[in-house]
Amino acid sequence: MWEKLLYFDRRIIFLLIGAAVLIPFLTQWTLPHGKITATTQSLFDAIEQLPVGTPVMISFDYGPSSMPEVEPMAKALAYHILSRNLRLMAVTLVITGPQMADRAIIPVAKQLGKKYGKDWVNLGFKPGGAVLLTQMGESIKRAYPTDARNNPTIKLPVMTGVENYDDIGLVVDLASSGAPTTWIVYAHDPYRVNMAAGVTAVEAVDYYKFLQTGQLIGLLNGLKGAAEYEFLVGRKGFGKLGMASQSVAHLLIIVLVIIGNIGYFTIERHRSRRR
Amino acid sequence: MRLQIPIALGFLAGAFMIVQFFVPYYALQMYYEQLLDWAIIIGAFALVLGLGSLFRSHIDKIRSRHPDYIYSFVALISFAVMFFFGIFYGVNPRTTFDWIFNNIQVPLEATVFSLLAFFMASAAYRTFRARSVEATLLLVVAVIIMLGRVPITDYIKFVDIHGFSEWLMSIPATAAKRGILFGVALGIVATSLRILLGIERSHLGGGGGAGR
Repeated sequence: MWEKLLYFDRRIIFLLIGAAVLIPFLTQWTLPHGKITATTQSLFDAIEQLPVGTPVMISFDYGPSSMPEVEPMAKALAYHILSRNLRLMAVTLVITGPQMADRAIIPVAKQLGKKYGKDWVNLGFKPGGAVLLTQMGESIKRAYPTDARNNPTIKLPVMTGVENYDDIGLVVDLASSGAPTTWIVYAHDPYRVNMAAGVTAVEAVDYYKFLQTGQLIGLLNGLKGAAEYEFLVGRKGFGKLGMASQSVAHLLIIVLVIIGNIGYFTIERHRSRRR
Repeated sequence: MRLQIPIALGFLAGAFMIVQFFVPYYALQMYYEQLLDWAIIIGAFALVLGLGSLFRSHIDKIRSRHPDYIYSFVALISFAVMFFFGIFYGVNPRTTFDWIFNNIQVPLEATVFSLLAFFMASAAYRTFRARSVEATLLLVVAVIIMLGRVPITDYIKFVDIHGFSEWLMSIPATAAKRGILFGVALGIVATSLRILLGIERSHLGGGGGAGR
C-alpha cells in the first residue's frame, strides 16, 4: 500500500497544489494577519519619519517572473510614499524595470490623485549597473538627463533640488536578484544613503547580514512582507489575498513531506525484516 | 601589441580609480565623472553585443534545422515586433509595446516561474527524506521556515514558530552566508589585482587564461 502511495502519478500532486493555490484565491479567502516582522515595521517607521516632500527612490529590479511576489510590495510602498506627500522616484537596473514601475505606481497615483512629473517620476532603465549607481552619487540629473517618457529631468518639478543621494531620504530596492547588494556596495557605503530592500522569500536570507550591520534599515521578506506592509498602510492588495494560498500550499507540502517520510521508513522497515 | 595595449589601458584605468577614491582633488573628480559617462556608454554597447550573439545563435539553429528551430523563428519574430513598436511608437504606458508587454510577456514569464511550485512540491514528496542526520536537520529547518512564512502559525501560543524561523535566518544561516561572502570578497580583490597587473588575461579573449 505504501509503495503505491509513494509512487503515485505526480500529476495528482500537481492537481492538489493547483487546488491549494486556486481555491483560496477564487473564494477571496483571507487570513487575519499575524505578527508584524520587525524588519517590515522598521521600513514603515523610516518612511513615516521622513518630512513631507522628501524624495524617496524605489529601484524596480525585478521582472515579470517574480512580479506576483514583489509587485504587492511595490504598490503598498508607492501608496505609503505618495499618501504621505513624499516625492517618488522610480529607477531600475534591469531592462524590464520601467514597465514594472509603471504597472505598480500608475494605479496607486490615480487612486490618490497624484500627478506624473510633479509627485512622481519614472526615470527608466540605463545600462551600467554599478557605474550608474556611482554616477547618481555624483549627479542624478547627469545620470538621467531624461526620464522614461523622454522629458528633460531638469524641467520636472519632482526633481527640484535633487542633485545626488544627499537629497534622497531613502532608497528602497525591490528585487528578485542580487541587486540590493550592488546598491549597498555602490550607493549606501560610499555615499551613506539610507537603504531598505524588498525581495522574494528565497532571496531574503541573503540580506539579514546587512540588517545586522545597519546597511539596510528595513526588509520586506516575500509575499508575507508585502501582506504585512499592506496591513500597516491600510490598503487591501494581492499580498493579503495571496497569503491564504501560500498558507494552504505550504501546509500541503509539509503534509506531503511527512507522508513521504512515513511511507519511506515503513517500506525500509519491511525490507530489512525480509532480509 | 594586441595584448599589451589593453593590459596597459586596464592598468591605467584601474590605478586612476583607486587614486581618485583616496585623493579628493577636483581635477581627479572631473575625470572620474567623465570615466563614469564612458563606462555607461560602453555598457550600452554590451547590450548590442548581446543582441548580436542572440541573433547568431538563433540563425545558426534555423540554418542547421535544429529539432527546435521553430522556436528560433518565434524568438526572432517576437524581437522584430517589439523592436518595431518600441522604436516607432514608443514604450510609454498605453502604447502597443506596453500592451504586448503587459498582456503577453508578463503572463508568460509569471506562468513559467509559477510552474516551479508544482515541481518543487512533487520533488519534495518524492525525495525529501530524513535519511541521515544532515538530511533530517535540513528537513526540520525547511519545515520551520515554511511555517514561519504563513500567518496562521502566529496563533499557536505555546511555541513561537515565527520568531524561531526569523532566528534561524538571521543567526545560523547568516553566519554561514557571511563566511561565504568573506571568501567571495577576498576572491574579488585577488582577481581584480590580477587583472590590473595583467596576470589574469582571460577577459581579453583568445582562450588564454592566466598569464602565469
